[in-house]
Amino acid sequence: MKIMIRYLLAFVFMSFAAPTLAADLLMVRTQQNFPEAMLTLQTSIREHGYEVTRVQRIDIGLTGMGYKTDKYRVVFVGKPKEIRYLVDKYPVLAAYMPPQISIFAEHGETVLVTANPMIYAEMITDEKDKVLFRRWESDVYSVFDDIKDADD
Amino acid sequence: MKRLFFLFIFAFSLNVYSAPHGDELFARHCSSCHGNDGMGGVGVPIALPAFINSVSNEYLEKTIRHGRPGRIMPAFTSLSDAQVSAIVKYVRGWADKPVLPENTEVIKGNVKRGKELFSKHCAQCHGKDGSGGKGTGVTFSRKRELPIIAPALNNVGFLAAASDTMIRDTITYGREGTPMTSMLVAGLSEEDINDVVAYIRSFEKSAAKLQQNLNRSDNDSPVIMMDSPYDLEETIENLKQAITDQNFTLIRTDFLDHGLAEAGKENKSQVVLHFCNFGFLFQALSIDPRVGMFLPCRVTVIEKDGKVQVSTINPKRLSKLFNNHELDEYCDEMYEAYKTLLEDATL
Repeated sequence: MKIMIRYLLAFVFMSFAAPTLAADLLMVRTQQNFPEAMLTLQTSIREHGYEVTRVQRIDIGLTGMGYKTDKYRVVFVGKPKEIRYLVDKYPVLAAYMPPQISIFAEHGETVLVTANPMIYAEMITDEKDKVLFRRWESDVYSVFDDIKDADD
Repeated sequence: MKRLFFLFIFAFSLNVYSAPHGDELFARHCSSCHGNDGMGGVGVPIALPAFINSVSNEYLEKTIRHGRPGRIMPAFTSLSDAQVSAIVKYVRGWADKPVLPENTEVIKGNVKRGKELFSKHCAQCHGKDGSGGKGTGVTFSRKRELPIIAPALNNVGFLAAASDTMIRDTITYGREGTPMTSMLVAGLSEEDINDVVAYIRSFEKSAAKLQQNLNRSDNDSPVIMMDSPYDLEETIENLKQAITDQNFTLIRTDFLDHGLAEAGKENKSQVVLHFCNFGFLFQALSIDPRVGMFLPCRVTVIEKDGKVQVSTINPKRLSKLFNNHELDEYCDEMYEAYKTLLEDATL
């Protein structure tokens, strides 16, 4: 019985591990125009339990200085307790917190890009805390799936 | 119990190992750059008939596997063979001609003559050393009607994916709908073209060296961090001055937990200064529109146990994320600017 359970656990672990896809940058393209995509993004972020702490308008600064650009924003995202905990415990992470998602228009469509949260896991030592970034990664995929699903 | 165990394994296997769906995989991993319809964006238009009709499945599979180191297209090493095949099958759906079988014939030619011909007929677009066209992403750097960027022929990923015959056929017939014209029509003979192919293949020697340079940022620290001998307020004032001295514009000063903590209850000992150099930003976005996710520039100041530390992201380390060697120069420049800024504020 014990052996059977051990095999079962090993199988489940391997099954999940096999299709895991690692990428440094996570990206999604949506057919929604920029304002719709921005709304879907912020709604999904909140539904996943995160706060939108700020929306930085990159394009406004550029056009204000005479450069030609399409719509471009950076959205800062996080959970208060988690950000506070991470910055207190790991000063090396402070420069990266809260994480950002950039969103820009591309010819009637919209592209979203963010760093894979697992890159932060490489900056810390406590294995227990790395689980948190795995969840962030999974949540980013889920948020991006919501954005993609809105195309249907 | 035994029966239940095997039933579970069977049911689970069906779920996990069911045939991958190329359309879903393309949507998740490729469409953000290549477009939902494959007609390009940040990436090249793979649905272009002149392209998809003229490449083999092996070329596409190897391109997915190896990517284009330093040229944005990442290497999808974590995808299973079945997933790669599913993507290729989906992409193949855009072709209106039968798939070309892979031809591994080695083409022999005179490398020296090939070099001369390359300089005359190819270097204008592909660069003297075959390093390809500049910029990416039609959003900022190129017009939408010009979604093709001359590929880097000296790229280790390209050389691994492209067979000699594929290179020869591309030179011979060109790619309709792109600036790549038929060199046969332009007056080159078959022998000339073979010489050019041999020269392009000779890039393999230098490609390995280029690859080594791309791995340079692996050992860089993720942050630039310095201790400040001043208190929090004085450090912030010094940073503001240093930001101006380095030709940046200070956008605002915030608490790190702005928007996370209730207004008025933020942690006053964690401060972030946001700043920008718009000319530099525009250039960086022109090279790669994705860099915005680390913008605007920030310095974080933290006071803890009477000690003050300042930190920024390390642009050198980040350049690796984008797999875009054109950004390296800018990241180096930003690294120097950030370092000087922090040193000036903490001296």
